[in-house]
Amino acid sequence: MNSNIAIEMRGITKRFGKVVANDSIDLIIKKGEILSLLGENGSGKTTLMNMLAGIYQPDEGQIFAEGEPLTIRSPKDAYECGIGMIHQHYKLVDVFTAAQNIVLGLKDEKLDLKTINSKVKEICDRYSFIIDPSMKIYDMSVSQKQTVEIVKVLYRGADILILDEPTAVLTPQETEKLFTVLRNMRADGKAIVIITHKLNEVMAISDEVAVLRKGKYIGTVKTCETSPQALTDMMVGHAVTLNIDRPKYDSQFPRLKVEGLTCVDDEGITKLDGVTFTAKGGEILGVAGIAGSGQKELLESITGLYPIKQGTVDFVTDEGKEKNLVGLTPMQIRKTGVGMAFVPEDRLGMGLVGSMGMTGNMMLRSWKKGKGVFLNRKSPEELAKKVWDELEVVTPSTSFPVRRLSGGNVQKVLVGREIASLPKILMTAYPVRGLDINTSYAIYNLLTEQKMNGVSVIFVGEDLDVLLELCDRILVLCGGKVSGIVDARTATKEEIGFMMTTVGGKEAADVQ
Amino acid sequence: MSALIALVVAAVTFGTVLMFGTLGEILTEKSGNLNLGVEGIMYMGGAFGLAGAFYYEKIVGEAASSGFVAIILAILAAFLAGAVASAIYGFITITLRANQNVTGLALTIFGTGIGQFTGEFMRVKEGGFVALSNHLKDAFSSTIFPDFLKNIPVIGKMLFSHNFFFYLALILALAMHFFFSRTKTGLYLRAVGESPSTADAAGINTTKYKYLATIIGGGISAIGGMVYIVTTAGCVWNHSGLSGVGWLAVALVIFCMWRPLNAIWGSVLFGALMIMYLRVRIIFIPTEIYKILPYVVTVIVLVISSMRNNKEKQPPASLGVNYFREER
Ligand SMILES: Nc1ncnc2c1ncn2[C@@H]1O[C@H](COP(=O)(O)OP(=O)(O)OP(=O)(O)O)[C@@H](O)[C@H]1O
Ligand SMILES: [Mg+2]
Repeated sequence: MNSNIAIEMRGITKRFGKVVANDSIDLIIKKGEILSLLGENGSGKTTLMNMLAGIYQPDEGQIFAEGEPLTIRSPKDAYECGIGMIHQHYKLVDVFTAAQNIVLGLKDEKLDLKTINSKVKEICDRYSFIIDPSMKIYDMSVSQKQTVEIVKVLYRGADILILDEPTAVLTPQETEKLFTVLRNMRADGKAIVIITHKLNEVMAISDEVAVLRKGKYIGTVKTCETSPQALTDMMVGHAVTLNIDRPKYDSQFPRLKVEGLTCVDDEGITKLDGVTFTAKGGEILGVAGIAGSGQKELLESITGLYPIKQGTVDFVTDEGKEKNLVGLTPMQIRKTGVGMAFVPEDRLGMGLVGSMGMTGNMMLRSWKKGKGVFLNRKSPEELAKKVWDELEVVTPSTSFPVRRLSGGNVQKVLVGREIASLPKILMTAYPVRGLDINTSYAIYNLLTEQKMNGVSVIFVGEDLDVLLELCDRILVLCGGKVSGIVDARTATKEEIGFMMTTVGGKEAADVQ
Repeated sequence: MSALIALVVAAVTFGTVLMFGTLGEILTEKSGNLNLGVEGIMYMGGAFGLAGAFYYEKIVGEAASSGFVAIILAILAAFLAGAVASAIYGFITITLRANQNVTGLALTIFGTGIGQFTGEFMRVKEGGFVALSNHLKDAFSSTIFPDFLKNIPVIGKMLFSHNFFFYLALILALAMHFFFSRTKTGLYLRAVGESPSTADAAGINTTKYKYLATIIGGGISAIGGMVYIVTTAGCVWNHSGLSGVGWLAVALVIFCMWRPLNAIWGSVLFGALMIMYLRVRIIFIPTEIYKILPYVVTVIVLVISSMRNNKEKQPPASLGVNYFREER
């Protein structure tokens, strides 16, 4: 037997009621290697890894460690076998400090900050990250929280690390830092499994790629012997074309005029500073910028969710009249007949009710249309069916609670609903976050379709390649200011990258 | 001055009842279980606590009965009654994962019924009257400090004249504060109440913690009911006096922001508000107005604390939510 093998899973099957999440899967995880686990949304990646982490028990099949059969009954067992998992939704207690979270549940650990600190510091030095053990979790950014999770796992002496979509919420810079850490760990002989939907990351970090499709194991390939296209074909099961076509809508017209928009947060920090632009019907306006440059505030202030300090936001009606939106609540905006749809960053928090099914969630958007006190259940049901069909949402029925869907499928429900409301302006923030590549392209095509119907689409994105391929124009934000608006057909990645860090871009940098 | 001192002493006596009820519920809620059965639990504690002392005296005889033993037995009987009731609640919510609010309300109905039945049953069986001898009554309501301390002007009465149960509650509050903030077990318990999935993933046995906190918490709450019967109610079964006390304790938990130390002054304050209508009469104001004061204060505290949005002063994050590992 190859002593290089850390964990072997043989014939693993897991069912949830009628749903077969994993169907007789074989997987080998090797020491000193990084394995990417790839598959469409709902293909069972999280479920499979949760069985290693002791969250679920396999219904059939056997797990082996170093050739010996292994039964993992609880997360505690998993730790004792040296398996540590960083979940899609972090498992941290918000009101505790990093140190308290790290030692949580450890038997022979004193709550003595000094010893914890020195052990934490040793781990941090070894793999080069930085954390403050006495910081409270609620004060941390996502990437800091993730670091705490990783340290927590390493503190328990894990040799096998599983990361479920760790990069979905990170900025490209943070991702690069994480990858450095992972490479250090690999050099240290640890076995690492990483789940990600971003193929460029798969190519950059992993040694091998294992592919799942609809709960079944398709195969494992060496990263150096494959390509993104080949991986996508394996994942989907048939050849797919990965390109976005970008037709031009001929009769573009101004739809939304924003002038001098300025917003200040509770602490008096300026989040948006004199933002001026016009969004046109029949175009996709991309918004680029380093995370936290005001993207969230921009969309929220337009939709009436964030207070505006200065400036004007005017909606141009089909007749060419301008309607002022400043100071209106979302409900008032809707009442004045301005059709706006918004897909927020925080899906389950702002957009959907987890315990309700697809139909119920469709109804949230349209309940006002029902006559009198009775809800109109029929059209939401039809709508739900349509979204289910067109976006290929993996769910047993339209009444299945959306909370139980896989991460990506939740997103599909939300995007599908917003598009279905036939808006005049469609605003989306990171709509493909957590979506598999195939679905991402389906969403891009949907957005383009909306554009060709004359809708003004505002698309906040993080992947510059996609922005350049999908959008007509790109607005670049830098520290709350508009750094520039460029034509996406002629702009380059470098140009935009420059504008993201320096207001005005290359010319401005040259002058300095 | 003496009126004020008398008010403080009376407030402390009633506040002690609330303090036990509240401390028990804080312990339960820290594990994420919202037990709305406190009202029923305190009824049971009252009835069984009284029964414990009464039958003890009946068996050994009035002359041979010791105040100390009676106190211990009353505490034990009340604690056991509360613990058993909470164990049922725990089984239904933790193991069977039924809705906590519904189960808690059912426990209130069940507990008040059982308490009522036991109290009345004793009364009828003993010929219409259940009462303890005077020297036991004395033991329950007199201070444990020597006279010279008690006789210090003003301070003596305010600090050293209270019954044994008050000092016990005080120690319990301090001990619980220490437990939550300094011990590992306390930290783990808080983790279970904040985020059971995190605690579970960290290898903490969430079920065990939830059961223990709920059962011990229920036992502590029940002691409050017993204290009411043997002090304020004068050692006779009095169901009308106990009614609403459990709900007050639930409100007080919120008022204290789930902190045992706040429960000390909070319960004395609530005690004062509840008895004010007896001492500080203002004509034209109906006594009912006084009686809703504690609830009004609680609502104000809730509003202020949620407006401030302080992350530390919040209920345990998973309060009222059952945990099941495979659910998401
Ligand atoms: N606790 C559960 N109860 C019911 N169904 C579940 C549960 N967990 C997972 N499922 C179902 O199992 C299937 C696989 O889900 P899983 O989360 O493993 O997918 P995934 O590959 O991680 O997808 P994504 O990329 O979207 O995160 C889905 O159809 C999901 O609805
Ligand atoms: Mg997943």
